[in-house]
Amino acid sequence: MTACDGGRKGGATSVGRTARTKDAFQALARAELSRLLALARRLTRDGPEDLVQEALLRGYLAYASLDADEAAGRWLRVILVNVHRDRERKRARGAEEVPVADAEEFSLYRVLVEEDPFPYSDTLHLDFLHSFTREDVRQVLLRLPEIYRTPLVLCHMEGFSTKEVARMCGAPLGTVLARLHRGRKAFEREMWTYAGEMGLLKHGSAP
Amino acid sequence: MTDPRAPMIPCDVAVRQLWEYVANAVTPADHARIDEHLAICRQCCGEVEFLRHLCELLAVQGTDHVPPEAMRRLDQFVEEL
Repeated sequence: MTACDGGRKGGATSVGRTARTKDAFQALARAELSRLLALARRLTRDGPEDLVQEALLRGYLAYASLDADEAAGRWLRVILVNVHRDRERKRARGAEEVPVADAEEFSLYRVLVEEDPFPYSDTLHLDFLHSFTREDVRQVLLRLPEIYRTPLVLCHMEGFSTKEVARMCGAPLGTVLARLHRGRKAFEREMWTYAGEMGLLKHGSAP
Repeated sequence: MTDPRAPMIPCDVAVRQLWEYVANAVTPADHARIDEHLAICRQCCGEVEFLRHLCELLAVQGTDHVPPEAMRRLDQFVEEL
């Protein structure tokens, strides 16, 4: 399944509802903790742990309003994104479109063909991708402007549909689609830059 | 679905939409136009393949590991809720 198709949405076929007790919430929080922290660490450099804590507090207060147990993990992640959005709004006084210079026309695939950083490889493009560890990918994401990073993370890594991302970001769908487009291109360019700076291109040809 | 009178789209137009094509986020008409281009363009086919791998790379990150120290602190936080 590709991202952005909302494939993990899940239906409301088997709606379970355990009692909304403190114990039940703690069990839910523990089960979701690593996923929440992973998401927070991709969304922000600044205090990802605080972000998770605030999301858990908000979730605990609103726990009674959760309908189906099956949706609990997703529900907590949406809360975390909302907390993140509120923080960013306070910080940035409204998200501004940040120009991503020259990114629009950038094609990582073509740059790799032209620069050929692994001249002895028959699988140049895959080798390039495989040279990135998970931490490298996270670092590349964190280099992007926040307004491009968040839709990219939610759509491609968390499996939310573009409509859901628009709702979560409090932005019109068209705006989110445009940010996703720029974000994807900026991500390609940043991967190339990062690979050069971090010495992932073994045979030189740094950008 | 494509207009038979319309000229085939060039590479630079196709390339701008390939991410969206891979993510199934283009209109049926655009999808058909890109398919038509891909049928004769090896380079764009290669790029589509590459972007699919890039999407997979991103999707896998959804389950990435987290620092154990931070997990311990958060676990404690949940305990004290």
